[in-house]
Amino acid sequence: MDNIKLYDLLLKDVRFREGLTACMNCGICTAICPAAEFYNYDPRQICNQVQSKDDEKIEALLISETIWYCGQCMSCKTRCPRGNAPALVISVLRKLSQELGYFTESEKGRQQYAINRTIGENIVHIGYCVTVEKIDPDMHPEQGPVWKWYYDNAEEVVDRLGGNYKKDGPGALRIIPKESITEIQKIFEVTGGAKLSDSIEHFSEDKAVEMDLSFNKSIEDNDYFSHVFTKNSNHHQK
Amino acid sequence: MEIKKHYWNEYQKEIAQDDYFYERSCIRQTFFPGSEATFLKILRKELGKKIVDDPRIHTCTGIGYHSDIVPFDTTQVICARLFSLMNGAGLKNYVPSCVTSFGIFNEVVETWKHFPEELEKTRENLRKATGREFEIPDNIAHPSDIIYNFRKELKQKMKYRLVNKETGKPLKVVEHIGCHYSKIFSEQSIGGAEFPHVLAGMIEEWGGEVVDYPERRHCCGFGFRQYLIMANRGYSIANSKKKFESMKPYKPDFIVTNCPGCAMFMDKWQYTIAEMEGITYDDYDKGIPVLTYEEMTGMLLGYNPWDIGFQIHQVQTEQLLDKIGIEYDPQDKYVGVSGIYLGEPEKPKNLGC
Repeated sequence: MDNIKLYDLLLKDVRFREGLTACMNCGICTAICPAAEFYNYDPRQICNQVQSKDDEKIEALLISETIWYCGQCMSCKTRCPRGNAPALVISVLRKLSQELGYFTESEKGRQQYAINRTIGENIVHIGYCVTVEKIDPDMHPEQGPVWKWYYDNAEEVVDRLGGNYKKDGPGALRIIPKESITEIQKIFEVTGGAKLSDSIEHFSEDKAVEMDLSFNKSIEDNDYFSHVFTKNSNHHQK
Repeated sequence: MEIKKHYWNEYQKEIAQDDYFYERSCIRQTFFPGSEATFLKILRKELGKKIVDDPRIHTCTGIGYHSDIVPFDTTQVICARLFSLMNGAGLKNYVPSCVTSFGIFNEVVETWKHFPEELEKTRENLRKATGREFEIPDNIAHPSDIIYNFRKELKQKMKYRLVNKETGKPLKVVEHIGCHYSKIFSEQSIGGAEFPHVLAGMIEEWGGEVVDYPERRHCCGFGFRQYLIMANRGYSIANSKKKFESMKPYKPDFIVTNCPGCAMFMDKWQYTIAEMEGITYDDYDKGIPVLTYEEMTGMLLGYNPWDIGFQIHQVQTEQLLDKIGIEYDPQDKYVGVSGIYLGEPEKPKNLGC
């Protein structure tokens, strides 16, 4: 590992080769970026650091809060006069940060554990990123009272609206056949999806020990999950 | 004029006319199951088209991919499995319900064009994991492309127009295009990133007036990880708030979007802002109704609003239905599929009903 340059690891991802070609640092990506307006964030600067090929600068990014501010709206892709996509560069930096364990060094990076435990588990166990039952009104107060009413009466409402709630056959919110779930899980195993998930889990558990927070297989009674899901130091804005 | 027509042709895309394979969306089937059902009903019953809804379909991984817990290698093969299901149905025209999915399918197909080794790797991985083979679709169209494409035919069947029944004037409509519809691969959208016309074309054809406001093309603020994590939601609501403040002076009658996330956020964040700050963006403290394009189409076709999902919006829609003169039964609003009354949601403190 010591002999491999971080820049070369970034180059292994096709999105990095596609997303960054001779950035001239014009800054239009930063001008159009919703994240740059909200956070202390500058995609122009990130492209500059990465194309320096300087491993110290790249490592600094991998442990930083900065790479987690992008919202992946891809507005930068539309506007870049050279057809670059800083948001793709960000994705590749995030992937490497998770593979090497750097992500647990930042408050925003540690949040990946909560996404892995929710969205990640949903994909491989129920076949979708979210479903009604996974959007608990207590974790989503912004969804409001109509959502709570819908959540409490899901089958009656979904089926009235033409769905097929938790039943076999086609339709919204049906049960995904077991063989499809099995194939999704095999795809994750063969393509590195399961390995990335394990990496996020493994490094997060180490961090929980270091932070003296409880950590377990469920998100219930899991202090590390609660911490990363809710902690906001408010040091991220300009 | 001819020159203008010539340039506009460059902003068009090819949209298959029939024989579609439908892929349901994580967010849309969860928050707007009635919109997916309405789209299928419109295609089959109003337009007489063939569209297959296969129960074996699943997520494209989009939310996980853009929040970076799913590698691109995995996403490519998940997409390939979905294409394989389409091939098995004997179809070549892929229709992903979600705008994020639309962006992802275009991303993988473009990647395969520019990096053939990625296509070969994907084929090998799919074979190894599932034994399946696949072919790339001939056509990828978002459902909003298809409704746009048949907007004139649908107009002939509509019971209502986007017109205020009291004043006779066109309704003022904010159209919001999901970022991943036109900002990543602009050539895959109607009108491109500069002049996205997919919703504006429907609105204008059906009698409404499009509101052109300063932040028209700003992101709704979903931001994937910026919403999924409670600590980050300030990002998400701040972006929507910026849009609401920008559109407020134009007094829109409603908002319509072609992205499941945008439709949900622009509805729910109005509630949140009202409850947190007492601010609403209309003259009656009720909020600006937010519709999906399928709901807008179904409403004008005369479908019962409570059969297509208007009751699961937080910003109440009766004000809009009344403006157009659409008939509805208030007693039917909170009735479930079995015919029982389900009770009413709690009333918000500040957002009027």
